[in-house]
Amino acid sequence: MRFLPAGDLAVLAEFDEEISVEVNTRVRALEFLIQQKALTGVVETVPTFRALLVYYDPRAVGYDALCAAITELLPQATTAVLPPSRLVELPCCYDDPELGFDLAPAAERLGLSTAELVRLHSMAEYLVYFIGFTPGLPYMTGMPDRLQIARLDTPRVRVPAGSVGIGGIQCCVYSVESPGGFWVLGRTPLRLYDPDAPEPILLRPGDRVSFRAIDRREYDRIAAQVDARSYRPVIA
Amino acid sequence: MIRLLDPGPQTTIQDLGRFGQLRYGIPPSGPVDRLAFVLANRLVGNPDGAAALECTLIGPGFEVDGPGAIAVTGADMPVTVDGREAPGWTTLVLRPGDVVKLGPARVGVRSYIAFSGGLDVPSVMGSRSTYLRGRLGGLEGRALRKEDRLRVFAAPMPRPRRVARRAVPAYGSEPTIRVVLGPQADRFTRAGVGALLGNAYEMLPQSDRMGARLSGERITHSRGHDIISDGIALGAIQVPGDGQPIILLVDRQSTGGYTKVATVCSFDIGRVGQVRPGQSLRFRAVTVDEAHRLLREADAVLETGFREEIA
Repeated sequence: MRFLPAGDLAVLAEFDEEISVEVNTRVRALEFLIQQKALTGVVETVPTFRALLVYYDPRAVGYDALCAAITELLPQATTAVLPPSRLVELPCCYDDPELGFDLAPAAERLGLSTAELVRLHSMAEYLVYFIGFTPGLPYMTGMPDRLQIARLDTPRVRVPAGSVGIGGIQCCVYSVESPGGFWVLGRTPLRLYDPDAPEPILLRPGDRVSFRAIDRREYDRIAAQVDARSYRPVIA
Repeated sequence: MIRLLDPGPQTTIQDLGRFGQLRYGIPPSGPVDRLAFVLANRLVGNPDGAAALECTLIGPGFEVDGPGAIAVTGADMPVTVDGREAPGWTTLVLRPGDVVKLGPARVGVRSYIAFSGGLDVPSVMGSRSTYLRGRLGGLEGRALRKEDRLRVFAAPMPRPRRVARRAVPAYGSEPTIRVVLGPQADRFTRAGVGALLGNAYEMLPQSDRMGARLSGERITHSRGHDIISDGIALGAIQVPGDGQPIILLVDRQSTGGYTKVATVCSFDIGRVGQVRPGQSLRFRAVTVDEAHRLLREADAVLETGFREEIA
């Protein structure tokens, strides 16, 4: 691991240059330890694939002292220290072209039937490497190899929040309406980011995620419950 | 109660920011020019973190229905109270029914209006700051509109004070912005880093609270502009494939996959935010140790220099 300065208020602790569950687990374990030990001067932390950005207050701790304190935690930064991860179920409506508008073209591109594509996508379990870019947006791994697909040639200007998409080796759930280049297979009625909710963010780094295929009627029913704030996400 | 007569192009409620949420993709928000914001609050007897207004390029007009004090700092916008010209960087005592109007900024971009007691809006995730893209905090997560009504917390009338002329930051000239090289300076050619440090860069009009977009000498990469996405610190200078720098500010995305050649020091973020589109700035590299020394100096100016000069 190496430390890279990121201005006067942050330092980047960077692990091996690869995207893997192993490296990301060390990043999240290091973050967990820093929070658990309440390291002096640390303000907040941002885990990503293979690096942890540590914001600090230089009035409380110097750069070298902070790097030394983080280095000391490294040997313990393994999966063993992490608390058990949550399994979050995201209901997803695939079989309505209004919601999963790229399902048929993606199936065709992959040489699969739409039913097979839905089956493969919804039976996998995904791991949230980290949350980033927009509020509540999960960067996940766990996509079946068979579903690897080049991103759209022309990214869409607007993809609705809740859209479940695939591109490259990634599966993505849009947390807010935004531009995007993923093939949208379906949509979840849950809100990954809801600024008006007491807890605006649904997913956390390290969560496992599964998709449960639902029909349009169930989608509408859950969406109404989400609107009424009476829906409780299934979290195990 | 404050009634908005004219909101201005982008006026938002901010406090010192929302911390601890970047790991969920939520930026801190808060004032772009922290120094000006804190001084406005101090001039009306508020704690540094009381919620106040950030105005962009043109200030708002509003009416107050009770007694209280305000202070306007930051960009130099003409201020009138009931049609009479009033000074910036000074405690202004208002009477019920007074109408306050701010005009277009003559120098700088962002002004701050603090109200004695501070603005009373709900705290969301520990902060009253508005995050526009996330529709979070402030007043319904949005910029102010005509006829909005804002409450202020009750507070005693402060002793009127002002910031001495010589202590008012100068926003006009081409500022030199201190940066620490990295985290990915090694992904640029020597000429690329040299371009950043040796040339003036012009502020583009697309700049906002998320990022200051600049235009100038191309900053060349040595091996591609994509990295494995990592966290984006305040002030990170991101350089996409076109070689043009973007300084990421208080409403930035939490993570991203472009190389970052250097990071603007926290004490110079406010100066970046006051550079008008069409004006330019320059960069100078400092070490982390030097940056921390300069940060302590900036703290000392706020804690001692300004306090003595507020008369």
